[in-house]
Amino acid sequence: MSVHRGPGLAEQFKQSGKRARRGTFLLVLPLLVFLMATFILPIASMLNRSVEDPTIANILPRTAAALRSWDGKGRPPFSAYSALADDLSRADREGTIGKVATRMNFERAGMRSLMIKTAREAHTFEPPYAQAFNAIDLQWSEPELWGVLRHASASTTSGYYAAALDQMRKADGTWLPRAEEDRIYVTLFLRTLWVAGAVTAFCFALGYPLAFFISHLSERSRNLVLILVLLPFWTSLLVRTTAWIALLQTNGVINDTLAAFGGDTARLDLIHNMTGTLIAMTHILLPFMVLPTYSIMLAVPPALTRAAVSLGATPWTAFWRVYFPMTLPGAAAGALLVFILALGYYITPALVGGRTGQLISNMIEFHMKTSLNWGLAAALGGILLSGVLVLYVLYSRIVGLNQLRLG
Amino acid sequence: MGRTTAIIIAAAAAVVILAGVLLFMLGRGTEKDINQMDAELSDMPLPPADGTSTAPVGTKPKSDSSLVVVSWGGAYTKSQIEAYHKPFEASTGQKINSVDYNGGIAEIKAQVEANNVTWDVVDMELADAQRACDEGLLEKIDAGNLPAAPDGTSAVQDFVANGITPCAVTSIVFSHIIAFDTTKFEAKIPSKLADFFDVKNFPGKRGMRKQSPKINLEMALRADGVPGDKVYETLGTKAGVDRALKKLDTIKNDVVWWETGAQPPQLLADGEVTMTTAYNGRIFDAQVVEGKPFKIIWDGQLQELDVLAIVKGTKKLEEAMQFISFATDTQRLADQAKWIAYGPARKSSLPLVGKHADKGVDMLPNMPNNPENSKNAIQIDFLWWADHQEELNQRWAAWLAK
Repeated sequence: MSVHRGPGLAEQFKQSGKRARRGTFLLVLPLLVFLMATFILPIASMLNRSVEDPTIANILPRTAAALRSWDGKGRPPFSAYSALADDLSRADREGTIGKVATRMNFERAGMRSLMIKTAREAHTFEPPYAQAFNAIDLQWSEPELWGVLRHASASTTSGYYAAALDQMRKADGTWLPRAEEDRIYVTLFLRTLWVAGAVTAFCFALGYPLAFFISHLSERSRNLVLILVLLPFWTSLLVRTTAWIALLQTNGVINDTLAAFGGDTARLDLIHNMTGTLIAMTHILLPFMVLPTYSIMLAVPPALTRAAVSLGATPWTAFWRVYFPMTLPGAAAGALLVFILALGYYITPALVGGRTGQLISNMIEFHMKTSLNWGLAAALGGILLSGVLVLYVLYSRIVGLNQLRLG
Repeated sequence: MGRTTAIIIAAAAAVVILAGVLLFMLGRGTEKDINQMDAELSDMPLPPADGTSTAPVGTKPKSDSSLVVVSWGGAYTKSQIEAYHKPFEASTGQKINSVDYNGGIAEIKAQVEANNVTWDVVDMELADAQRACDEGLLEKIDAGNLPAAPDGTSAVQDFVANGITPCAVTSIVFSHIIAFDTTKFEAKIPSKLADFFDVKNFPGKRGMRKQSPKINLEMALRADGVPGDKVYETLGTKAGVDRALKKLDTIKNDVVWWETGAQPPQLLADGEVTMTTAYNGRIFDAQVVEGKPFKIIWDGQLQELDVLAIVKGTKKLEEAMQFISFATDTQRLADQAKWIAYGPARKSSLPLVGKHADKGVDMLPNMPNNPENSKNAIQIDFLWWADHQEELNQRWAAWLAK
């Protein structure tokens, strides 16, 4: 009898395994392409905007070249004046001066009108150019101003990250903290962290007992209560937030009830401040805590706590030493979900946060939609994103991701 | 469940958050929807007397052949449909599709940069139009194409100051005013701008616009005694900004901050505030159409211009230009004033202003640029703000957060 000669069994097995993996990869390929196009690429291009801004380098190329050879100390070289006169008059002719003006105004207030005003006259400039510039506006005699222009003319910039950390860039390139009354972003980052932490704590305090309660109900009533937990989850975020406005406002349901007992002075400021943000966010994020915790609790065999009690543990010890550690992975997963979601929360603080309940995401929105300073928005978003990643890595080091259980 | 699954879930959560933030940033977010919902609910236009339905708002253009005109929605869009769109459609046969937005230039910028322009004509605040024009997002408009006044005065002479800029033609003058609920004040009735900052004599919470220092800083300085023609000179110095913010500090804890134009009348009606800054047209609507007991303090009003502009790269440039010259002629601007209490931008339209179309109220006394109301008014300096808004926005946001 001849033995079949071909690839061995192990080899065949490996190959079929490879085929199967290729098959699965093909199945998820559409998702990967989708994520790539709608998620990864937009984020990459946004992040790119936080460090790259070639506006000035493209529109004022000769000036950019002339200023590159200057060290930023003392007076700018004469070649820079003539190059700028040349570039500005061309930008004015081609209608691109507005872009320069807007970009420069991000760097220093008043640059917008200075650039437009100068560009309009630039075609009449004659040597000596320095005098011609000063005749338009004496600001051109300040080396500081040329320093700002020099920094902006590099096509990559750290300026947006500096601004996002409440720093200012001086002409020589060093960073300097902004004036006390202009600092905002660091405060908001810390506040965002604080709110996310507080909301997570509240969700745990409210959600853990609730999950415990649900998991100990009979199957029938358990489903009913679960639907009650899920029902708000299925309701639009906006509807829930506006419902909180109706409940919490000065003449809202809660305050009317308080006033009925204690008179008008008993009314509390529950909305348009930090309290409103905390209450509404806790309510909205609660299901993310309850659901994973609950599904873990279901999996804990009741026999274990009974065994602990029969071995002499008090009910508290049985809960704390036996039951609680077994449910911790679920609660930890819930906490991570709530915390990360809370970091990026945006609509709820915008609607109920008033003045003191605003988070960093509200500033990002402001720079995207209103001030159109997309570079700064991207830098703020980049810091938030890296913050989340750092926290995630820390979490996986300390708690361990294999400790997470969602069900 | 393994480590991989946990990683995937956490990554998915991060994906959801970031995708959400990105979408909102692009102005397609839900806040916009609620603002729009809010605006539509609060000033839901009354059905016209002749029983015809109003034009569809907020819909995408049905075909390439209609001209897309974008505006602020609610009673304001209705006034434009009645005064501009219907007669324009009747006389030219060109269909118009009316779309709502919430101001700002982010959407225009996105369309122009993506080279996918779906909006043709946009109704904007002058300051926004100026920035959009600087950034090359708007078509240039030749003032020579605009019709002269009936008496032959050229358009350039006929419009209010700054009424025609390189990219935009003004349609209305609107105003930021103080409004109060008359039922909340019995002994002392507020009558001047300074009373807004006097919570001792005129108790109650105040409503103010949150998103920008514009308006708030000017009002604070004027209430603090700075004459109208010195406001921007004062604000140009650090001491001036400090002074304005110090004045605002005196009422900081009594302020409820609003963001959309529909909110101030609502805050007054709900009793959340007793006095608020507001757009005069919204308060007029609440007074006259809804019969609310509100009153406007015209003292120290800040006038601003609202303009029509054409998005750069539109395929209907000719029709858009034709629409703008039609809409901003003397008669059309006067007609619009029958529907809303915003002043026509042409001097020749003022004498033609009549009564409110539904309520029969005389409109002229309710116009911001009626001489009686504008005695102590100033115009917001949009060029000054274009230069200073970055630095003051930062200062303002920091002030608010503290």
